[in-house]
Amino acid sequence: MTGNSAIAEAAIRAGCQCYFGYPITPQNELTEYMAANLSRRKGCSFIQAESEISAINMVYGASVVGARAMTSSSSPGISLKQEGISYLAACELPAVIVNMSRGGPGLGSIVAAQSDYFQSTRGGGHGDYRTIVLAPSSVQELADLTHKAFDLSDKYKIPTLILGDGILGQMMEPVEFHYEAPAELLVRPDGLRGAKGRPSKIIKTFTSDPAQLEELNWSLFRRYELIKKQETACETFMVDDAKLIVVAFGIAARIARGAIKTVRAEGLKVGLMRPITLWPYPSEKIQELAKGVKQYLVFELNMGQMIEDVQLSLAGQGEVSFYGRPGGVIPTPSEVARVISRLYYQKGLK
Amino acid sequence: MLIKAVFAGFGGQGVLSMGLNLAEAAMLEGKEVTYLPSYGAEVRGGTANCTVAISDDEIASPVASSPEFIIAMNQPSAVKFQNQIQSGGLFFINSSLVKAELSRGDIIVVGVPASKIAEDLGNPKSANMVMLGAFTRKSGLVSIESIKKGLKVSLRSKPKLIAVNEKALMAGYDLP
Repeated sequence: MTGNSAIAEAAIRAGCQCYFGYPITPQNELTEYMAANLSRRKGCSFIQAESEISAINMVYGASVVGARAMTSSSSPGISLKQEGISYLAACELPAVIVNMSRGGPGLGSIVAAQSDYFQSTRGGGHGDYRTIVLAPSSVQELADLTHKAFDLSDKYKIPTLILGDGILGQMMEPVEFHYEAPAELLVRPDGLRGAKGRPSKIIKTFTSDPAQLEELNWSLFRRYELIKKQETACETFMVDDAKLIVVAFGIAARIARGAIKTVRAEGLKVGLMRPITLWPYPSEKIQELAKGVKQYLVFELNMGQMIEDVQLSLAGQGEVSFYGRPGGVIPTPSEVARVISRLYYQKGLK
Repeated sequence: MLIKAVFAGFGGQGVLSMGLNLAEAAMLEGKEVTYLPSYGAEVRGGTANCTVAISDDEIASPVASSPEFIIAMNQPSAVKFQNQIQSGGLFFINSSLVKAELSRGDIIVVGVPASKIAEDLGNPKSANMVMLGAFTRKSGLVSIESIKKGLKVSLRSKPKLIAVNEKALMAGYDLP
């Protein structure tokens, strides 16, 4: 199954009721799968919107009435959705947004890149808000994290982003689904479906009272702190005896893992730290690793974005080097192995 | 073991389904496998290609920089990909359409008159299956039984086509 189709199938099984999208490569198979499969399900709604902006605002509407809703796009389209995502954050509404990112800036290219890290992890639109950001690195994980994205989004009433890339979206791998689609669609009890028998509720993003807005920001902030404490996730590989740790996410982490196996076979003690949540960032894990390991190599398919989070996490407790390929160039595991090996010797670790 | 194969040809020659069939067969045999199509700004009549990676271990990257096998169904693909193949690798060409003017002597060329054989069988569209049969025999990556099983999965919505495709597959497989 392609990564794009796997996300769509996982979303249906997670009880996604509404999907709104607008075509863009390299995520079209997701929209196509939803058109073929979600639209057939009772009570579900698939709409190809007239633009990315409409699609995110349809998600906004669906979320207001308590439905599980999703949209997907790729980098330039995700930029267009940022206003809507900011409004969702302000209204404390769940939504799942998939970014199968491509090379940038501008219209960029249609091939895989990781240059949307800043946009994804810093809120993305205007205002003081965050979104949960999940970074899968295989088709199986795309499916698993899609399910998780809906649950997290509902639990914390926060828009949740899945950050993939052109290769993860396009490639096929075997995948197993661990859930069946629910027999009945899930409706959030706090959705607006008429005020019969209760006082009316208003969901809005504007207030002229600064004190009220400050309270909203504080309440969001407290929730973000809770998410940091409870939902931060990462994976480590061969870090126990490592002298150098590579930090990478998504498809880059997968390439790094292959490279690490190669240099391990040559006797170099190198490990991998792969954040699965990009926000909240697994800073504590890095701080824990930094007690033993002082050398870090950040590897990304951009010119250096996640490296800032690694530096912030380390707070001077380790030395950070960087290797990146922007614009949609995908380095081979052997290229990355050469970079790791050169750094290892330069830093006198052998 | 990590083996990568690139299938390339005109859009419409069935190069993506060849790759998909191989991937399906490898999956049925319990191997780690990835399939990556070329995508996006492809034009009708232009070239299409896909990469299949098969391994006993996790696959780090689905992209191939120097594949062990390249299958070129048309001339532009043969020209484009011959420089990428690994030294000692197998270069399968559809010799009905490709005139091999090789600039390298360190690879093994396997000429398969796939289009001609498919025409003789009365179904020119099945040239890809003839080639896949020949590839399965020479590469030894997966068994022909697994390829046939995979074919039944990928053609489950068009069961009528299974027999025609299997015939072409075996014609390629049984080539000397």
